[in-house]
Amino acid sequence: MIKIKKGKPLIDQHDKNGFWGGKFGGNFIPETLKKPIEDLTILFEKLRRDKNFIKERDYYFKNWVGAPTPFIKLENLTKHLGGAQIWAKVVSEANGGAHKIYNATVHCLITKRAGKKYIVGDTGAGYAGKMLSMAAKKFGLKCKIFMGVKDIKRQKPNCDAMRKNGAEIVPVYSGSQTLVDAVSECMRYWVSNCDTTAMCVGSTVGPNIFVKICGWSTAQISRELKNQIKFVFKTIPKKIKLINCVGGGSSAYGFWSEFIDYSPDRISLIGVEAGGPSKSKLHAAPLSRGAKLGILHGAASYVCQNNEGQINETESISAGLDYPGVSPMHCFLKDTKRAKYTFATDEEALSAYKLVTKFENLNPSLEPCHAFAEAIKIAPRLSKDTIIIVNSCGDAQKDRDILKQRLGR
Amino acid sequence: MIMSPISLAFKNCKKEKRPALLTYTVAGDHTKKKSLEILNSISSHVDICEIGFPHNTPIADGGQIQTSSYRAIKNGIKMKDVFQIVKKFKKNINAKPVILMGYYNMIYQYGENKFLKKCKQTGVNGLIVVDLPWPDNKIFAKKCKNNLVSFIQLLSPTTSQARMEKIIKDSHEMIYLISMLSTTGGKLKVSPKTILKNYNKVKKINKSKNLVIGFGITSKNISSFKTADGCVVGSEICKKISQSIEKRQNPVTNVSNMVKNLKKKIS
Ligand SMILES: Cc1ncc(COP(=O)(O)O)c(C=O)c1O
Repeated sequence: MIKIKKGKPLIDQHDKNGFWGGKFGGNFIPETLKKPIEDLTILFEKLRRDKNFIKERDYYFKNWVGAPTPFIKLENLTKHLGGAQIWAKVVSEANGGAHKIYNATVHCLITKRAGKKYIVGDTGAGYAGKMLSMAAKKFGLKCKIFMGVKDIKRQKPNCDAMRKNGAEIVPVYSGSQTLVDAVSECMRYWVSNCDTTAMCVGSTVGPNIFVKICGWSTAQISRELKNQIKFVFKTIPKKIKLINCVGGGSSAYGFWSEFIDYSPDRISLIGVEAGGPSKSKLHAAPLSRGAKLGILHGAASYVCQNNEGQINETESISAGLDYPGVSPMHCFLKDTKRAKYTFATDEEALSAYKLVTKFENLNPSLEPCHAFAEAIKIAPRLSKDTIIIVNSCGDAQKDRDILKQRLGR
Repeated sequence: MIMSPISLAFKNCKKEKRPALLTYTVAGDHTKKKSLEILNSISSHVDICEIGFPHNTPIADGGQIQTSSYRAIKNGIKMKDVFQIVKKFKKNINAKPVILMGYYNMIYQYGENKFLKKCKQTGVNGLIVVDLPWPDNKIFAKKCKNNLVSFIQLLSPTTSQARMEKIIKDSHEMIYLISMLSTTGGKLKVSPKTILKNYNKVKKINKSKNLVIGFGITSKNISSFKTADGCVVGSEICKKISQSIEKRQNPVTNVSNMVKNLKKKIS
């Protein structure tokens, strides 16, 4: 039986080979990347213990990203559903409009310390790319973003932002032309340019160190939330449900990290994956739809794949969740039963968008709408003293074309 | 001790005072039948055949090999077909040692033991796993050896001296030196001199290991590497197959001519 240790951040609960629970994660990488990854690991472990670096990080989180992001009660939605209280952590209020800013900022700060001038990154929804382009500009780095052609088309507003920030978008034509292909292409680019260039992986996926850096960065969300909960309720309430969408799992990990040591009865963690169109066989929900363990982008995790080990095509209305793998830390949380994972379909996410925007002055992107869909589903049958908190981790501005097409607005 | 077919191949080349010629082609590119025909047609000119089992998410392959891989997968290649191709190829009296090359997930899903048993049965002599670096590959490499399959360790320009020494210590009869920081098929962006300097550094640690150079080697530059134990040409061949399909020419004759020419350049 694999177990979670208390009092130790989950990002550090891997063995010396980089595996969580003995089998999730690791470093399945070409020999060429061994050295740059080792260098990055040493540098990161040094910096996270460096008071000046922490000060610098906190300074930018507070004054540039904007901390804390709001924690609000969705009064109207709560009343409408007539059960549990529904709250939102409005992470989309962070600079740039999503949680991807934390990882991007930290990677750029590390890159500067490493003395490198170039940074590359992958993106699906375009937020990871937009934020990396913002941070790169802020810290004087040259930036290239790899993005699938399908995503370039469906997330145009974020592409415009990247270009405005001076980043080059490299379109990826291979495979399904989505996030999975963007990550592959970005890694291939890094193999060829790792002597001069830093790589930022856009979520808690990839070789071990990228999982850790990303989780360390997004953990800011739950540090803020813990204080906000204590401030609002004067204590940590007895029944809390933290609901978060899961693509690679960076926002979910960041939303949960401070609460993992609590008992699941008191604070339950619910991850919502992309179920895809209800009529389609394709989805992007490896955890909740029983995908097998496999290796993708340098790490072992549950992966949507066929018997042979070829990675499956995925489908989701939400580009940010449209990914066949998932963070090894979420595989670990699933197998230890600390978190539960489910999925919402495209249609459910769209209905959730309609309902949330009808009742609240909030504009969640299609990714967090998957989390809202679950909240809407379970709230009515829960008691009024249950506190549901949804991480509203992205702004729907980027989805305006899809929403217009699907909902006529 | 009986020499392994791979060692024997290198020994023969040394007698002829030339590097071994290793080709890389993707099993099933562009059909199962054609890829076998290509192997049969080049066999008398090459010393060792590397055969790729294609993966649809390759993180270390450049455009040419990706194209070949995706084409083969699209045409329905499965692991069982890859082994079929090897088995049939090995029946050719001119057949050369075969090294399978690919990504670990394919082996993992097949099952390590079952995979190696199949290698042994079909006559696979060696294995290159792109994303299973040392020391994570130690146990698997041992398993390979127990099944008379040589596990080929990779070295890169980024590999430190200390790490090199350890990898070489755990290596079998052949080692693969990646020429430069690149995916497969990149333009040779460093001089052959620099590459050979790195090559000599490795040889100095243990000169008994057969060390081949790969990534970026083509007909244009292969003659610069005459002093190496072996040279691998992959992307140029995959590109030739793509061009042949485009021009509606026979990839078998085109590749065969290309390989003949490669051989001439190092002889
Ligand atoms: C707003 C938003 N939410 C969620 C995700 C999914 O990623 P993760 O699971 O890493 O948070 C993305 C990814 O692009 C995103 O843009």
